[in-house]
Amino acid sequence: MIRVVLPAHLRTLARTAGEVELEVEGPVTQRSVLDALEARYPMLQGTIRDHVTHQRRPFVRFFACGEDWSHESPDAPLPEAVAKGAEPFLLVGAIAGG
Amino acid sequence: MSSVRVLVGTKKGAFILTSDGKREQWDVAGPHFGGWEMYHLKGSPADPNRIYASQSSGWHGQVVQRSNDGGKTWEPVGNKFVYDGVPGTHQWYDGTPHPWEFKRVWHFEPSLTDPDTVYAGVEDAAIFRSSDGGKTWQELAGLRGHGTGPHWQPGAGGMCLHTIILDPGDSQRIYIAISAAGAFRTDDGGQTWKAINRGLRSSHIPDPEAEVGHCVHHVAMHRSRPGVLFMQKHWDVMRSDDAGDSWHEVSGNLPTDFGFALDIHAHEPETIYVVPIKSDSEHYPPDGKLRVYRSRTGGNEWEALTEGLPQSDCYVNVLRDAMAVDSLDSCGVYFGTTGGQVYASADSGDHWAPIVRDLPAVLSVEVQTLP
Repeated sequence: MIRVVLPAHLRTLARTAGEVELEVEGPVTQRSVLDALEARYPMLQGTIRDHVTHQRRPFVRFFACGEDWSHESPDAPLPEAVAKGAEPFLLVGAIAGG
Repeated sequence: MSSVRVLVGTKKGAFILTSDGKREQWDVAGPHFGGWEMYHLKGSPADPNRIYASQSSGWHGQVVQRSNDGGKTWEPVGNKFVYDGVPGTHQWYDGTPHPWEFKRVWHFEPSLTDPDTVYAGVEDAAIFRSSDGGKTWQELAGLRGHGTGPHWQPGAGGMCLHTIILDPGDSQRIYIAISAAGAFRTDDGGQTWKAINRGLRSSHIPDPEAEVGHCVHHVAMHRSRPGVLFMQKHWDVMRSDDAGDSWHEVSGNLPTDFGFALDIHAHEPETIYVVPIKSDSEHYPPDGKLRVYRSRTGGNEWEALTEGLPQSDCYVNVLRDAMAVDSLDSCGVYFGTTGGQVYASADSGDHWAPIVRDLPAVLSVEVQTLP
């Protein structure tokens, strides 16, 4: 079970509270986690990454185990603690904006 | 008894203001989608309970919300706006080529007859259509494919397609306007488009006969006279009596002819309203006085409407989609300000009162007249 923490506005949009728990088939990567997230919550499509290119939106950052994963390959394996559900994968809105 | 529903989009959420036909007591609901920029909300003429809303943010981009119960509940629908083919380039502010990039929906225009069909005007300028209630969107690419596309450039607010007018007498005819490209018309349902800017004069364009490059702020049409259009350009209030083929200025005695908002009385097609703004760098009313100007002669002769509006120390703006009219017997006129006030007049502009005073900056105001 993968745990994902969404920023507040996306929790509201997805009508969910607290962490999201996802089943991910195969390797646990940013891409596979986001694919599973968007499959469960289709209204999040386009709000985290581009519909077509899957580029991360500029004002969204990805963190795991205290490290910034925003610029890592989307196909790089996430830390084992995330894959095992011990640590969440965090989607964070940049402090800029608003 | 008839009632009205005012749909207000603000920088930080949407608000729905409702009243009976007297328009004296108001119920304020919201914020809906608090924290998000709500560029525009508009109801379907064919089903007033169907409302489309443009929700966006710098963090998470575009979301489209749809209500089937007059704004009580909402559901997100499709937000995939992909330009048809290779997007190409338009001009950037400095004249260099810049790739077309989708940023947000500025305006929704629901079909006059089908609640599931709706048009979206977007930044960077293009028009999209959905025929499944907003689930999927297809670009009417003939507009962006107009030969002048590479010469369009952004206005200060971005290169936005902000006005969509559907001709009630001809389902194939649509008018649109873009800052800062100008106005365009299709007569074949959106396949091909014609620039309709003859007669516009823009001091920032060296060529006085330029086909495009005009910063059109808003265009309005009375449904009883589809060939007559009124335009608030960056500077100048303009009128066309031939479906946009030619324009002439009707600014007349306005204290300044810069502005954004413009609308037409529901029952008097020669009665039009504008809110003069001091200049393109000073986005506030002249002399600190918030005045709506009304012409009962289709332009040129204007009177200031001030009763109930602040006449000192007022430095708000009224944006292009932030004025609307209802269609009750005594026509109501409404507008919202960047200071968060929404003003209403139930007597065609003679007297005004605020419905609300302290909303976030108002981006858009639309009105539904309900049976």
